[in-house]
Parts: sequence; structure tokens; C-alpha cells
Amino acid sequence: MSRKFQKKLKVLEYVRINELHYLLKMDTGGANAVFEPGQFVEVLVPGAKDAFLRRPISLHDVADDNSSFTMMIKIVGEGTRALSEVREGDELDIVFPLGHGFSINENHKKVLLVGGGCGVAPLLHLSKVAKEKGLQPYVLIGGKTANDILEADAYRKYAEVAIMTENAELGEKGMVTDHIWLKDGLKDFDFVYTCGPDPMMKAIAALAEEAGIGCEVSLENLMACGIGACLCCTVHTHEGNVRACVEGPVFNANQIIGWNQNENCHV
Amino acid sequence: MSDLKVNIGSLELKNPVMTASGTFGYGLEFEDFVDLNKLGGFVVKGTTLEIRQGNKYPRMAETPAGMLNAVGLQNKGVHAFVKDILPKIKHYNSHIVVNVAGSKLEDYVETAEILNSEKDIPAIELNVSCPNVKEGGMAFGTSCPAMVEVVKAVRNVWDRTMIVKLSPNVTNITDFAKVAEDEGADAISLINTLLGIAVDAKTRKPKLSTVTGGLSGPAVKPVALRMVWQCYNAVKIPIIGMGGIMNTEDAIEFMIAGATAIQVGTANFVNPAVTGEIVDGMEAWCKEHNIAKISDLIGSLEV
Repeated sequence: MSRKFQKKLKVLEYVRINELHYLLKMDTGGANAVFEPGQFVEVLVPGAKDAFLRRPISLHDVADDNSSFTMMIKIVGEGTRALSEVREGDELDIVFPLGHGFSINENHKKVLLVGGGCGVAPLLHLSKVAKEKGLQPYVLIGGKTANDILEADAYRKYAEVAIMTENAELGEKGMVTDHIWLKDGLKDFDFVYTCGPDPMMKAIAALAEEAGIGCEVSLENLMACGIGACLCCTVHTHEGNVRACVEGPVFNANQIIGWNQNENCHV
Repeated sequence: MSDLKVNIGSLELKNPVMTASGTFGYGLEFEDFVDLNKLGGFVVKGTTLEIRQGNKYPRMAETPAGMLNAVGLQNKGVHAFVKDILPKIKHYNSHIVVNVAGSKLEDYVETAEILNSEKDIPAIELNVSCPNVKEGGMAFGTSCPAMVEVVKAVRNVWDRTMIVKLSPNVTNITDFAKVAEDEGADAISLINTLLGIAVDAKTRKPKLSTVTGGLSGPAVKPVALRMVWQCYNAVKIPIIGMGGIMNTEDAIEFMIAGATAIQVGTANFVNPAVTGEIVDGMEAWCKEHNIAKISDLIGSLEV
């Protein structure tokens, strides 16, 4: 695993996507960091008295020369709200890069990336790297309304993109599992990656198993440290309890107890 | 340069800064952030005789100025520690303290015996205060007769420095400090976490899988300082103080209240470099306040 850094990083760009979502592009401050798609960072929140712990945020995009990275953030509480108030030029104390990301197999041809809501965040970097390695990524993005479909155009540079909204505001009407790629066409893909709400990821993992292809999921467990010390973000796997922040956040779906079969947690 | 050395029994620490068990992994997790050689000592994750998977997720909840945890002593067991982990950390020029936990008396004794044959471990910290396990743990640290048994039994098999980590979840912590002293402990460390719960009003469910968990962070600091001060006035053995230490000034406050050394816990989660920063900060603080020997601060509270 590559070296981790703790640095005060400068906000290069702030983009408000909509009322609840924003992008923060950070300068990596000359750190010689190596980023994998699916990894995350831990951000210290300035000026929020009840956001005591760092906020784990996934890497949305990384500059080709690793000199900057972008975070896609949804306002869910006091911490992410306080972070939405930073300005370009401000500095944030960030620990990076963290965790074990998506695996990319260069023998695969067509791969499907499915994101739900803000869960789509890590799939931009993933589709970029997959394309660079000669794979053909397809990105399927779902949400309740058009407001949940975030930065869909960014993915078109690297992938074919399809959109599903439950109220038919954008793309086709329905959930991601109603889209032909997942419903009938999954056998045409070599692998599926997903990040989003647990029920969505579980449904996709089950479809992947049916289709006989592999599936990696990115989990969003609550964590304190992000570097493997506190053991709070535990994931119950067939190899025992492991840390979402070190062994994950990306896991092969069939490693996780209770995801593909009806079984109970053994602890 | 000020003299930062302190003594815990026969163990000399180059400075009073240690890490609290369960917040610093095995040290290895922090190699990118702290020079472990710089620390007075580091206390590794609570170690039991057998492997333990710990509690179900969710195991943590953020609370005002702190957090609750219910990890439940997840660890790979003492044999795996000695075989796989110790070889990776024993080269550090910093004392390795193993936090020893168990569900029954025999487990503590056997774990201590196994560690006793490892010459690179100068001290153990007896964990009789973990609030997150169903059996053992805090049960040994909240009943004086039970604590007498476990401290006495481990003392018989462990001949190096023995620290007993006390629970704050008792009516009078000094009773337990005295038991530890009477049964031959070289030092006591306090406080372990305070028992608490966090409620999700929307779902009417507890935020932790175990309902209750241990509270840590700056929220507990005044309670910890009070208990350190009470124990300082009750026993002669050295005290290792902890509870909400986030920076150098917090650490100095604990020494003034009676601690010989300090442990940094939850702060490691917020700032993984904090322990190294406190070592530097102590040096600077002593210089600024003309303190030649940091040990002169111990128990210097003017009341």
C-alpha cells in the first residue's frame, strides 16, 4: 500500500452542483501520493463544534499528474454543511489517500459501473482509469429525481452513460435494476462495480451472481480514524471481521456475509 | 534542553507521552504520521488469549466533543501478536506495553505467562475496565474482590512492570487504586471509557449494536482529571493519566493533577500525528515556563 499523508491542502475550486451537493478540488500540496480509484480521504472539519471526527470522503476524480483530487460531497449533517462553506484558497487538513480501491483486470473488455445518488462519486475516477487500461466502461446512474443525478456529463468522456430516475425527470423511468444493462444484458459484461445505497448494491450483487460475473461494491461504514486503528468500521466477511477503511471500502460482494446468500452474521 | 524523563516503576520513559490501548492499533498504522521512536511508550490493542471478532457493526457514534465505541476487544489473540506483530515493532526504541484483557481469570494469567517469555515487552497493562464485552473486562475492575484476584494472579506470573487500567464506572475509584497498589501493581492508568448510550430519535433505536458503549474524547476530560487527582492523593504508585487529551496543554494539566505519564487516545483518530506533536510541545512548554525537569510538575496542583 502506498504512503499516506496528513497535510493542509488548498481548495483550488469549489463547484456547487445543487442545493445538497458540491465539488471541492484540492491541491495535493506536492505530496508524492499514488491514488487508486475507490480510495478515500479523511477531512478535518473546520468550525463545526459537533463534527469532532474527520469526515471520510471518496475520491471523485484525480488529476493525471496526481497534483490535485476532487471530492463530491453531499450535505448530510453538520460536518458536510460546514465543509460546504469553505472558499477557494482556504486550507483543509486532510489525511490521504486511504483504503483499498477497485481492482481492474486488464483482461476484461466491457465493465459496468453502477452508481446511486452521491454513490456515483468514485465511479468517475474508476471509469477514467478503466478506459486508460483499455477496458470499455459503461456507467449507469440512478436517482429518485434529476437532482440526484450528479455530473453525469463528466462520465461521457470515458464511458457510455445511461440514466434512470424514479420520476422520469431524466433518462429512463425506473430504478437502475430496471435498465436493460442490468435486467437482460449483464451477461455481456465481464464485471460490475457499484457504489450507492446498500439495498441497490445488494440487488446488483445478486444479479451479478445470477449472471456469473464478479461484482465489487464500495461500502460507506461509519468510521472514526480511517487508518485502521479504531476497528469501528468493521465489515463482517467470510474471513472474519475486517476494516472497511483498510481492507475496504471496496469489497468483492461475495466476501461479505449476508450479501449473496441468506446467512446470518457469525458474531 | 529540558529533562522529559519520567519513571513508571522500574521503567524509564524518555518522555511522558504514551498511546492509549485501542486507539493506536499496533503502532504500525501510524508509521506514516509519527516517528514511533519519539514516544515514551506505546500501548498496543487489547490482547486476549484467543482470537476475538469483537461486536457487531455499528460500533461507534459521534457525540458532542467525543465518541462512543463498542468495538469489543477485537484482536487476533496473543499467539498471533507474538508471532506476527511483535517482530515488526520490537525494533522501535520506545517501550511496547501490551494491554492484556480476558473473560476469565485464567485467560489473563495465561496471556501474561506467554508474554513473560518475550523479552521485548517491558510492561503490560492489565485491562480490567473494558466496558464493551459481555464477560470479564469491566467486571474485574468494578468489584474490589474480583480485582484483588486478577491483579494478584497476574502479579505471580509477570515479573516486569505491571500497570492496572482502572474503570471510571465505579462509585469511588480510589478504592480500586488502592487494591491495585496493595496487590503489587507498579502503576495505575486511568480512565478507561465512561459507559454511555446514544439514541437515534427518528428510529428510536440505539446507535450502537450493543446499546451501551464507552465514551471518550474531550467530553470526559474534567472527569478524568478529577479521578487522577483523587488517586494521586490516595496511592503512592505512579499514575498514567488519560481521558480527552487533545494537545500539549491537556497533557500538562494531567501531570499537574498527579499523572507521571499520559496516554493519548481518541485524539489519534482526529490527528494521527498528535503524539509526536505533544512530545515536541512538552519540550517547548518546559522551556517557555523554565521547567528543568518535567517530573517536577507531577501533582503540583496548587489547592
